[in-house]
Amino acid sequence: MERTTIDLWVGIFVALGVAALLGLAMKVGNLTTSNLGATYTVTANFENIGGLKPRAPVKSAGVVVGRVSDIKFDPATFEAVVSLNIDKRDAFPVDTFANIYTAGLLGEQYIGLDAGGDEAKLKNGDRITHTQDAIVLEKMISQFLYSKASESKDDASATSTPSKSTKKADDALGANPLDDLTKPASQ
Amino acid sequence: MIVRSRLRIFRTIGHRFTSRIWRLGAATRLFWLTLISSGESFRRLHLTIREVYFTGVMSLIIIVVSAFFVGMVLALQGYNTLQRYGSSDAIGVLVALALVRELGPVITALLFAGRAGTAITAEIGLMKATEQLSAMEMMAVSPIARVIAPRFWAGVIAMPILATLFSMVGILGGYLVAVPLIGVDAGAFWSQMQANVDWRLDIVNGVIKSLVFGVACTMIALFEGYDAPPTAEGVSRATTRTVVTSSLTVLILDFVLTSFMINV
Amino acid sequence: MTQNIVEIDNLSFGYKGRMLHQGINMVFPRGKVVAIMGGSGSGKTTLLRLIGGQLKPSKGEVRVDGKVMHKQSREGVYQLRRKMGMMFQHGALFTDLSVFENVAFPMREHTELPESMIHDLVLMKLQAVGLRGAHRLMPTELSGGMARRVALARAIALDPSIIMYDEPFAGLDPISMGVVCSLIRTLNDALGATSIIVSHDVKETFLIADYVYFVANGVVAAEGTPEDLSKSTLPFVHQFVHGDKDGPVPFHYAAGDYKQDLLGVEVKKHQANKRRVA
Repeated sequence: MERTTIDLWVGIFVALGVAALLGLAMKVGNLTTSNLGATYTVTANFENIGGLKPRAPVKSAGVVVGRVSDIKFDPATFEAVVSLNIDKRDAFPVDTFANIYTAGLLGEQYIGLDAGGDEAKLKNGDRITHTQDAIVLEKMISQFLYSKASESKDDASATSTPSKSTKKADDALGANPLDDLTKPASQ
Repeated sequence: MIVRSRLRIFRTIGHRFTSRIWRLGAATRLFWLTLISSGESFRRLHLTIREVYFTGVMSLIIIVVSAFFVGMVLALQGYNTLQRYGSSDAIGVLVALALVRELGPVITALLFAGRAGTAITAEIGLMKATEQLSAMEMMAVSPIARVIAPRFWAGVIAMPILATLFSMVGILGGYLVAVPLIGVDAGAFWSQMQANVDWRLDIVNGVIKSLVFGVACTMIALFEGYDAPPTAEGVSRATTRTVVTSSLTVLILDFVLTSFMINV
Repeated sequence: MTQNIVEIDNLSFGYKGRMLHQGINMVFPRGKVVAIMGGSGSGKTTLLRLIGGQLKPSKGEVRVDGKVMHKQSREGVYQLRRKMGMMFQHGALFTDLSVFENVAFPMREHTELPESMIHDLVLMKLQAVGLRGAHRLMPTELSGGMARRVALARAIALDPSIIMYDEPFAGLDPISMGVVCSLIRTLNDALGATSIIVSHDVKETFLIADYVYFVANGVVAAEGTPEDLSKSTLPFVHQFVHGDKDGPVPFHYAAGDYKQDLLGVEVKKHQANKRRVA
């Protein structure tokens, strides 16, 4: 009777809905990657995390191995305490280096893990001691401008050593401001 | 004279206001009665299934076609803007997030109000006008359990399914424009999408939204029909009111829900 | 077991400020066909709804099978309604169900009968109203008279002890009217039920009713057997039975003085309104 054809259509309808939801989960969403299965949690302290957000990816060698689960402020040390959930299968040495990187110039920020060489591995609840803060663009620019300004002053006062000023310019663009920003993790 | 006409304005406004409140109360009461009479409509599931057919399956075509075009337009517009910043790869993210978070649930609810909501209102209004509901009452059958509750649950079941389908079909539409037509890399399209669409925060929240919209739209349609004056004019007005009230309610609820969800 | 299956005792009912009924007394003995007659708007249908418990009286009470209707719980009301069948003015058939399903509806709702038995019972009921051949049709495919007969079949589906008819003859052609008319009488006698007919069609009603109540201005204006009432000299009954244009039931709706209306205050008000609009 008519009832069975209606049942059939409703069955198709519900199946379509479930299929669409599965499609969204698998193909569109990151259900497959976000549910890492068993994870362990480690923390890392940063003086400045820039624009890092909870749920940002944790990558090692460019592969997502975990996610940022929580970001807190520690009022005792005035540092940010970042908790990372890392897949159980990926064990990292205790002297692993945690950096905050930016994907592209303006992209999202993520944590990059550079494995160290220690035999002992990180366990649940451990802390990564070697960290490098986020690069804050404004800071870098102001540093660059500052060194530019002092450089032109140098040019005006002492033109005796042109090689020096060139070096300064190199420094301004190169490693110097970064070094300023990246004091190895204050304990 | 002027004073009196001023007073009349106040009285009209006051009257409108109190009648709105009265209707809100009556709608809440109907909602409550529907919930407590639901047991019966689940025991005889074929009634609900029948209504899922009429509200859900019959709305499929309009939902799928609209979703397809909305997805295509999103991809076109998105590409146009994104390519200026050299990030046309992010088009998949844009289309998916827009659909899953907002457009899927909201447009589905608006279309649902226009397609299924009006049908429900007109049907119940006419059943009332032709004394079918009265006849049921006299046969010791509760119209709320027999007529209202199955339609309510059908709407609540159908809406999330339709919204999910809308999102999925929309994304496929976006894919068709972005990848074969514009030439965005298919891998980038999907991988960017997967990296940035979250299961819990985006997809599940979208489904929750559509569930709430389902409850609201179906209940409004049912109440307008049940409350309609039993005349041709009354039913036609009630049908119009269903569309207007549902649309406004959906948009307001969407704002409220989004503000909750984004804070989480 | 009381002799009267339905008793209406000093019943008053009305909406805010306008009383429709003021102290009505009626009894409906078992096995009889009793008619309630009166002009349009005299609250006849409302009486049926009061008997069915869809409305609560302002004063007085309706007793069905000895139980006071408005003091019953929802469950109790439903219990009593299962003994009633009602035929609505325009049939009130469920338009989304076929004729067969319409008649099967009360059985499916209230009994656990197997499908085969429902099938047989429905066809028996339809046979009784002469529409067995139409059981596959949808209500929209029926004529007015056929719809009324299907509604009748549905009303008697559960073999009720009370059958109520709301304007069973209104808007029917003479042949259908005759068919419905004789059906009411035969079904009542066959089922041993009590029929309550609300109508303003004098000829047909008098033909089948055992007893007739005339309702006017919220009270029972006259009662008696059809023969008594035909001979009645009460001005109201005479006007109703013979369809006089004017009489105790005035031709004009209550209004103010005619002359005043045409020439007096109203005119000035209209002019004032016009001035305001302009």
